Amino acid sequence: MSEVLLSVDQVTMQFGGVTALDNVSLHINKGEILGLIGPNGAGKTTCFNVITGVYAPTSGTVTFDDKSLLGLKRFQITKRGIARTFQNIRLFPDMSAVENVMVGVDAHSKTSVVGAILGIPRSRREESESRERAHELLKFIGIDEYAEVAARNLPYGHQRRLEIARALGTNPKLLCLDEPAAGFNPAEKQELNELILNIRNQGYTVLLIEHDMNVVMKISDRIAVLDFGRKIAEGLPHEIRDNPDVIAAYLGVPDDAA
Amino acid sequence: MSLTEAFRQRTAPQLQLGNRFRALPRPAKWSLSALLIAALYLTPYWPDVPVLGWIINTPGTSFENVLTDQIMMFILVALGLNVVVGFAGLLDLGYVGFYAVGAYTTAVVTSGQFTLPWIAALPLSVIMAMIAGVILGTPTLRLRGDYLAIVTLGFGEIIRITANNSDWLGGPRGISKIARPPSIGPLQFGVLNAKPYWYLGFTVILIVIFVLTRLENSRVGRAWAAVREDEDAAELMGVDTFKFKLWAFAIGAAIGGIAGSLYASKVGFINPDNFQLQLSILFLAAVVLGGTGSMYGVIMGGFLVAWIPERFRGFATRRYFVFGVVLVLVMVFRPQGIIPRRGAAAGIAKKGESDV
Repeated sequence: MSEVLLSVDQVTMQFGGVTALDNVSLHINKGEILGLIGPNGAGKTTCFNVITGVYAPTSGTVTFDDKSLLGLKRFQITKRGIARTFQNIRLFPDMSAVENVMVGVDAHSKTSVVGAILGIPRSRREESESRERAHELLKFIGIDEYAEVAARNLPYGHQRRLEIARALGTNPKLLCLDEPAAGFNPAEKQELNELILNIRNQGYTVLLIEHDMNVVMKISDRIAVLDFGRKIAEGLPHEIRDNPDVIAAYLGVPDDAA
Repeated sequence: MSLTEAFRQRTAPQLQLGNRFRALPRPAKWSLSALLIAALYLTPYWPDVPVLGWIINTPGTSFENVLTDQIMMFILVALGLNVVVGFAGLLDLGYVGFYAVGAYTTAVVTSGQFTLPWIAALPLSVIMAMIAGVILGTPTLRLRGDYLAIVTLGFGEIIRITANNSDWLGGPRGISKIARPPSIGPLQFGVLNAKPYWYLGFTVILIVIFVLTRLENSRVGRAWAAVREDEDAAELMGVDTFKFKLWAFAIGAAIGGIAGSLYASKVGFINPDNFQLQLSILFLAAVVLGGTGSMYGVIMGGFLVAWIPERFRGFATRRYFVFGVVLVLVMVFRPQGIIPRRGAAAGIAKKGESDV
């Protein structure tokens, strides 16, 4: 058994009377791609939001790198090494592509107001390093030629990629992707698969929410399945494919499988 | 590369002047800037220039005094408010409060019981305004959008009403005999000649522009922009949103405090009526008119908001009508302001296509 990077233990998340997550436990090992699937409303994004600190769980614990994440602010969790993308693109639309990524890279910058005003050497160095790193990441995801274009003017596919670059900018140990393939055609999905595998090969651990079975089955090392806030299965892709509960809950429903 | 160029060409034609300036070789840039700065230092003499003079002169009032009592203050205040509204995207409707704190601090410490010299009163006013910014910001910056606007609106009124009801702040009669800046050689800060105040004020404006440019082009400016664009996403990307919002408030307040202090020492007398709610609205109008988030835009906005009502004084009570017409025209034809900030310009040009 390899080393556990993140573990979610018996997490329950209630909104008023609605139980979005019901006693969910899952873990992610270092260096793997964990696919998180389930029908609409199963609690996948809620699970993301609990991990990244958007919601404080009603009960249960989240442990990352052997330390609890509960009670930390969102930006502190990001600094610890968890970065995410969003189901609906949430870039900074008026900022250029490279600036978007730089915001992520800045997460570890020590420059503050006084340093910036005085232009002390550390601020200057951090500024140029930040820009350099941002360009590197844009090259890595293949959109560096659009570096100076405002994010809102980028084609849809590039916006999705830019979100990944921005998340990678924070230098995460764990990268959480929330439906990165949404709205992609098969060719684009293929490219995305390669990109995600590439990211993993660079040493990042990936948690992937995805509706598209082709994507999930192809690249995930393990898969966890949520349905109505409960984890109904976990295992290797072929095990999940043959699991009758999963087929009933998810693959059997044509609307969701599309 | 050519594709990027094509994007730029299509999306931001109005920025070409700025881009062309940036493309110039360094000596040309410096000499052009120096020329422009020199010309601006000489603004009090502009009414004597043939055509320009006819355009800019304010009938019925001394242009010099309009320049120092109105235009200078509005430019400074617009620059400060722009940090809060334009950079960080926090709607502040009580900005006049910080302006008042700056003015009253200078007034209280240089007249009456305390007689600190002006040179000590100015930094003190800035610090007091900053403290006011932090005191207001700490509880309220958890609010967003309209709620923040309402709370700040209340703050502006609290300051004015407090001044009105406090004897040590002069009550409704206000405070007079406020210290003037010390005269140095030919620069005599008196009642008759307003020019030295402009030289002083314009120098302060240049320093503020320098500081804000540094901030805007740093990690701090990016953090503000990220908060403005999408606060949740910003925090999840590692931006300590509360800290940076508070900084925006404090820096904005400090600049408002400078403006208030300069105003108090120029006119020598202040009372609560100088700090009405209407002024907050006009400050905001200056920022929006000029171009929210664009420093050179808000300078233009500050100038226009202060200057138009004076220029059209001949229209008597209808001068605010002229002002209103100008505002409406700008909002219709240039919704991002006269000189929009970079990203915003691109956004407008492409909006119809990208928001599918």
